[in-house]
Amino acid sequence: MALTEKDVKHVADLAHLELTENEVSKFLPQLDSILEYMQKLNELDTTNVEPMAQVTYPAAENPALRADAPHPTFTQEEALSNAPEPGADCFKVPQVIEKE
Amino acid sequence: MELTSLNISETRNLLTSKQASAEELVRAHLAKIEGRDKEVRAYLSLSPGRALEQAKRIDRKIAAGEPLPPLAGVPTAVKDVILTKGNPTTCASKILENYKAPYDATAVERLEAAGACLLGKTNCDEFAMGSSTENSGFFTTRNPVDLERVPGGSSGGSGAAVAANMATVALGSDTGGSIRQPAAFCGVVGMMGTYGRVSRYGLVAFASSLDHIGPFGRSVRDVALVLQTIAGRDPMDSTSADVPVPNYEAELDRDVRGLKVGVPKEYFKGLNPEIGDNIQKAIDLFSKLGCKIESITLPHTDYAISCYYIICTAEASSNLERYDGVRYGFRSPEYDGLRDMYRKTRDHGFGAEVKRRIMLGTYVLSSGYYDAYYLKAQKVRTLIARDFVEAFDDVDVIVVPTSPIPPFKLGEKLDDPLQMYLADIYTVNASLAGIPGISVPCGKMRSEPHLPVGMQLFARHFDETRLLQAAHAFEKAGGFAV
Repeated sequence: MALTEKDVKHVADLAHLELTENEVSKFLPQLDSILEYMQKLNELDTTNVEPMAQVTYPAAENPALRADAPHPTFTQEEALSNAPEPGADCFKVPQVIEKE
Repeated sequence: MELTSLNISETRNLLTSKQASAEELVRAHLAKIEGRDKEVRAYLSLSPGRALEQAKRIDRKIAAGEPLPPLAGVPTAVKDVILTKGNPTTCASKILENYKAPYDATAVERLEAAGACLLGKTNCDEFAMGSSTENSGFFTTRNPVDLERVPGGSSGGSGAAVAANMATVALGSDTGGSIRQPAAFCGVVGMMGTYGRVSRYGLVAFASSLDHIGPFGRSVRDVALVLQTIAGRDPMDSTSADVPVPNYEAELDRDVRGLKVGVPKEYFKGLNPEIGDNIQKAIDLFSKLGCKIESITLPHTDYAISCYYIICTAEASSNLERYDGVRYGFRSPEYDGLRDMYRKTRDHGFGAEVKRRIMLGTYVLSSGYYDAYYLKAQKVRTLIARDFVEAFDDVDVIVVPTSPIPPFKLGEKLDDPLQMYLADIYTVNASLAGIPGISVPCGKMRSEPHLPVGMQLFARHFDETRLLQAAHAFEKAGGFAV
């Protein structure tokens, strides 16, 4: 096994996931076997191959960008309508700056 | 008359000849859902008010003798990863359990403008991540042809709803096979257009370089009609292509004699032999129809699963970072500070498969592993796409199985994610290459004659016309029951 418990916890931390010990021990062998399977790509020599950066077909002209013109969008009320904790016409979050 | 088994043109005839009203049609479907969906469980939520309001609008047009839009009164289901204004849109995730969409997806807007009646939202794997609909955060959908088996996934609810006559057509989303595989498992038609063919504005993002919206139907013609309604440039999606949309339906009956059909040998090893036999019969049928059958090679096929699961998890880990309990969705009730709120919210809100994919994606993008996994996969993706470009120098369409296995039993693969991923082998290649694909019924399993087999066709970028012609010719020649 190449992947360690420490790796799993590190990645969970990067991904803002708080995994339980149970989850860590369940995911470790699963992720390890998937990552090992993915090594299959190393059978291929890709030295002179460009990575695919764009899926869009090779069209002559694709005016992908629309004009940068103002147009009506959500009202504040609509934008806040799904917020778990709206308040004072804003999204409320826990305090992030310590008081002096 | 059985109002729930009609196709789109029968629906139209029924309405224009006033044998039934659009309202009766919608009510018949709601009644069907009321009964049948107790066991199938295809729908997460229903929108009877919305469907009936639209039906009454159609009925007023009929009464006034006004011309009817192309999908007038067509009872339609929408996968719950696609936004419908004012209705719940949960992505089958606890993290969006109480989310109500603030706007309509472009595809939904176009369907309703064409007269479709939206019955409700269908179940799927959470955030479209899965191949069985068992990863739904709410409940599992069952395959209407065999309630002990999965309907496929991730758009299992849409496939099941159409197969069980609980909708005439449905929208699904396809990232690595999520329309085509459930279509095959439920015995209906499902299609993914070329990448960029259909606007994804209002589709909740999973893997942006692979995500598509596409139709389900019980016939190729119905799928063609829905596709031509939702396809085309949308200023709200910069990846939607500015390519004219043909009238697919008008072109359906064109003769397929002389059409060059490619059969790639890589797709015929390691599959269930009964499925292989059915696909061979399908190839013989194309031959009888006057098509030229050619053996071709797509040499990088075996690398597609690795390539796909690196790229889609990488993109998912980035796209799903937005679920942080601040602007919408679930927020953990207990936490200690902002960072802890993110972590607890995400841990409680996401299910196991979503976490697994976020973990994988974060890993393959992380410092020290990016080149070995993500960059390598992007290079292999170039090779896979090139295989198809070269194959399409010689052939017009490619015929392959949709899935190497028949619909499997509930729970059978749930504990082995890698086995579940490997079952996507025949669908992820086209997704990586950005070409269009369609799955159509292709007979039944010999040993279990109630289980459907699916056949898949691919075509060149933006050659949906030819793809649909080939599929339609196959259907007309009796291929669905081959």
